[in-house]
Amino acid sequence: MGGSRLQQTIRQIWQNREAYLMLAPFMLIFLIFTVVPVVMSLPIGFTDFNMVQLPKFVGLSNYSTLFLNDTIFIQSIRVTLIFALLTGPVSYVLCFLLAWLINELPQKLKTLFTLIFYAPSMANVYTVWQLIFSGDTYGYLNSLLLKLRIITAPVQWLTDGRFVLGTVIVVQLWVSLGAGFLALRAGFQNIDRTLYEAGAIEGIRNRFQELIYITIPAMAPQMMFAAVMQIVGSFTAGTVAQSLVGFPSTDYKAHTIMTHAYDYGWVRFEMGYASAICMILFVVMLLCNKAISRILGKYME
Amino acid sequence: MTKSIASVKGSSRMVGSRLAGTIMIFLFLTILGIFMALPIYLAVIMAFKPVQELFVFPPKLYVLDPTLDNFRDMFRTLSNLWVPFERYVFNSVLVTVCVTLAQCVFASMAAFVLAKCRIPGGTFLNKLIVVSLLYQSNVIYIMQYLIMARLRDTYWALILPAVASPMCLFLMRQSMASVPDAMIEAAKVDGANLFTIFWKIVIPNQKPALMTMMIFAFQAAWNIQGGSLVSRESLKTLPTAAAQAASAGLARAGVAMAAAVVMLVPPVVVFMLAQRQVIETMAHSGIKE
Repeated sequence: MGGSRLQQTIRQIWQNREAYLMLAPFMLIFLIFTVVPVVMSLPIGFTDFNMVQLPKFVGLSNYSTLFLNDTIFIQSIRVTLIFALLTGPVSYVLCFLLAWLINELPQKLKTLFTLIFYAPSMANVYTVWQLIFSGDTYGYLNSLLLKLRIITAPVQWLTDGRFVLGTVIVVQLWVSLGAGFLALRAGFQNIDRTLYEAGAIEGIRNRFQELIYITIPAMAPQMMFAAVMQIVGSFTAGTVAQSLVGFPSTDYKAHTIMTHAYDYGWVRFEMGYASAICMILFVVMLLCNKAISRILGKYME
Repeated sequence: MTKSIASVKGSSRMVGSRLAGTIMIFLFLTILGIFMALPIYLAVIMAFKPVQELFVFPPKLYVLDPTLDNFRDMFRTLSNLWVPFERYVFNSVLVTVCVTLAQCVFASMAAFVLAKCRIPGGTFLNKLIVVSLLYQSNVIYIMQYLIMARLRDTYWALILPAVASPMCLFLMRQSMASVPDAMIEAAKVDGANLFTIFWKIVIPNQKPALMTMMIFAFQAAWNIQGGSLVSRESLKTLPTAAAQAASAGLARAGVAMAAAVVMLVPPVVVFMLAQRQVIETMAHSGIKE
């Protein structure tokens, strides 16, 4: 019984040899340079590894230290959750909304607006944000607010513990119209126009009905892609914060899980510990992805 | 007859309200767009500001006395580096072209199979792609370093790890999911092999996603630095050179911005060319199936 099933699978594989051949170039490179390193890195979280000596197995002690003794880690979980819950959904909705609105414009304007909203993802200009939020009166924001008499003394946007997280969130939102946004733009562009004509015959009157009954169902795959991109973007953010408010940030107010992993990995060379931190983040993102695909999946059917 | 007149009237009213809606959308996007573009505008004007204007109070939104000094400084620094500047340009162009081409071809072929062929292991590979996107760990780089033992300090070290991007594959897979199965079945009945179906039927249908993937691939490839995999200066790429030109404190902020602006030109050009193709798709996509 089992043998015949195996035979059947082998026959199926042979019948699909063309398909496997087309998969092969990508999957081979993917396997060697991504999957193997990932699999090799999985057990590191259970070891003590300083990159000089061989990893030493320590069981769950990294994890127990993280949750029981590392108050900064607990703080970083809080920061990451606040950060992800604020930037993730907002940027996802923005991605979709802007991609849709741009789609309603005449052709010439489409390229222009897509470029304007996507440009922050291409440019590497955190220096400018440093000038905008600069704590002295030379900062653009401070000088504007002083001129408008909203504030009387310059605000330390980048170092005052009350403001750092907010500042980082603003900049993160600015760069967040990235891959997801562009994929949604492409998706809108590829919707079959005849669907709208058919919809008009069946009594669809305005843009919103078009959006609900035609566009969103046709866009389900791209929306899933954008969701995954926004999850990754909002949970793993850390570089924006590090280049903007410094490392470590004042009172660890903008200290995300990713920053914590960077701290232990590349500053203290405790790779085992850093790896355990990344593993926890991975589990959180995995759960989040499960939840979102369930919601999107239900909505699409 | 009367019916058709009524429908024309109705549709002209609809066109009117559509136009008003479009103008509203345009205004909304313009206001939001100004805020989005402001930091980039500031970066660009900073590249043209002479040093003494960098610290003027109150900070100005325009340049009083535009200069090309920052760009001149940048090129002067670049021509004094260890390796001739042309070498960095060559390395970057080579790596970018190879990675972009390979990534687009390999990822779209694999995406077609994963989206449209029911093969043993297909579901697993689909899941693996998404999971690999979610797993971010700094230990991966160490493992890559170990795996690349033989290839370190070669062009392969710059190119190979970047070729198989799960993001590009995932994008194409999602987009190809909407290709009707009936179309593929019909071609199979006509005796077309899988590659012909992919190349002649699916790819022409996927222009927006393909062009979008090209933007991602180019952008990622253009920023490749090689990290610890490449230590020889003669193998380093433009981002490394630009970082060297820009790394001299805030007094050199203008030079840093000049470097950022110059580095931004190729991705923006590619973006514009590709995006135009994406938008043209609409005009022709009436005939699908």
